[in-house]
Amino acid sequence: MDIIVTDNLTKTFDGCTAVDHIQFSVKEGEIFGFLGPNGAGKTTTIKMLTTLLYPTGGSASIAGFDILKERAKVRENIGVVFQEPALDTELTCRENLDFHARMYGLSSEIRKKRIIEVLTLVDLLDKKDVIVKNYSGGMKRRLEIARGLMHSPRVLFLDEPTLGLDAQTRRAIWDYIKKLNEDENTTIFLTTHYMDEADFLCHRIGIIHHGKILVMNAVDILKKSVGNDVITLSCSDCHVLQKRLEKEPWIGQVTPHGSFITLGVERGEEKIPVIFDIARAVNVTISSIDVRKPTLDDVFLYYTGRRMREQTPEAPVNKRTKPSGFRLRWRKE
Amino acid sequence: MNPKDFQAIYVLWLRQMKRFLRIKSWVLSTIIQPLFFLFILGFGFNIAVFPNMEGSYINYLAPGIIAMAILFSSMFTGVSVLWDRQSGFLQEVLVAPVSRLSIVIGRTFGGATIALFQGFLIMFIAIFLGVPLAGFEGFLLTVLIMVLLSFTAVGFGLIVASKMRDFEQFQSIMSLILMPLLFLSSLFFPITESLPRWLQILSYCNPLFYMVDGIRGSFTGANYVIDPLINLGIISILCIVIMGLGTYFFHKSEA
Repeated sequence: MDIIVTDNLTKTFDGCTAVDHIQFSVKEGEIFGFLGPNGAGKTTTIKMLTTLLYPTGGSASIAGFDILKERAKVRENIGVVFQEPALDTELTCRENLDFHARMYGLSSEIRKKRIIEVLTLVDLLDKKDVIVKNYSGGMKRRLEIARGLMHSPRVLFLDEPTLGLDAQTRRAIWDYIKKLNEDENTTIFLTTHYMDEADFLCHRIGIIHHGKILVMNAVDILKKSVGNDVITLSCSDCHVLQKRLEKEPWIGQVTPHGSFITLGVERGEEKIPVIFDIARAVNVTISSIDVRKPTLDDVFLYYTGRRMREQTPEAPVNKRTKPSGFRLRWRKE
Repeated sequence: MNPKDFQAIYVLWLRQMKRFLRIKSWVLSTIIQPLFFLFILGFGFNIAVFPNMEGSYINYLAPGIIAMAILFSSMFTGVSVLWDRQSGFLQEVLVAPVSRLSIVIGRTFGGATIALFQGFLIMFIAIFLGVPLAGFEGFLLTVLIMVLLSFTAVGFGLIVASKMRDFEQFQSIMSLILMPLLFLSSLFFPITESLPRWLQILSYCNPLFYMVDGIRGSFTGANYVIDPLINLGIISILCIVIMGLGTYFFHKSEA
């Protein structure tokens, strides 16, 4: 069953379109990620879906309730962790959770039980009577996630859940999110601009850029859509080797990165000996070589990069003669 | 409204009480600031003789200081929505499945409680300083006007807050609107004796004038311009209109 469905959802601010007729659906029990650079329209989308902003056009439904006509019903079914902190820092951790629980109409026993449950989950139980202004950034973030779970929502929205946190805390929060999705079968809609986060957590992702969804699919399928293995090699004279390799039809793209080159190919392991032969023929020594599967990074550049080319008038010429060089120029921006 | 909304009103009220009691400087300024006015202005002007004024100057000033304290305190509560917007907490409130009206009511009750606490404090100090009370009915009427004034000021604060996005605007609004309102409210001096005709007309257009005059008339029973009961009627209508507008603007503003 689709728990979130949008229909041409649009938002414009003073003539500037932040979200442009987006159309997608999220299945119940799924972790769905919205991946995009800052200012792509991720937060605006979340604010419209959580009834905090009125859409300029289009509509959406959550758990079968219309976000325009049944706002109260929508609010009952969702939990939100905002990008900016949204805690009352003059209250203690327990008081913040109690406030939330009462706003959602939970009874006294359920309140007490849930507070202990969610604080155990995010490891803050022993700090529950500390005033929140004395919390560190990571602790505040964990408390906000715990609060989002208090009323056992069917859909949890997480807007950049690990923005500005250290590696250890990020990892811990990822684990909570996974556990939550598995244990309570909560559907999770998250936005992020971290590729590794989307890769680790999401079942499906949508790449959003300039308010439009460029592509949406399962993470594995997206990676395969880049269509190749990535070979990284470092050598004595990269420039010469690059020129030579660009003539080979079986190499999808050749991208120089200073002291090393990356190649997009099919069945990378089999191509290594061929590359060595070519290098020897042009008198270049290869000092190291590595084959890896494409990451979401490659996927992201592939789709957003192509987008950039379509919008540039002189793109077709560049595309024919030197596609890799063009992509590099964009990457450096 | 369903039971959930009442719980929301309660918890919003509770949150403001906790915040108020925890921010020590807030409590302190709430108590001390009006006392400055009462003592320094009261004793300073006590030697001055205003024509046709019954009793001493402090009898005249005290009801006005009660009104001023409630006005400032309540307006601050309304405007503190802005603080919640900046800190992000407003989103947490707005995304909750409770009616928007109960959010406004919860905040109004919270603000009114603090404001009335302040109002009563000044009232008792004034009585202690020898300001005469015009009987029990007068006391009840004073309390009623104090409550209405508080609600009106919270509503006004909500209107201001929904139109503002930062604190600088708040500062300029305060000095642009609040100061003329205070000076033309007959709080510090009787407008009928001193002000030129055109300023007197402006005073009658000032909502705060009816509040100050109403409290003065019901509390001390002297030096008032309009009958306290007529003032009560005017204040009730003002309160309903301003609270209605405040709720409407709060509804319309997005997080």
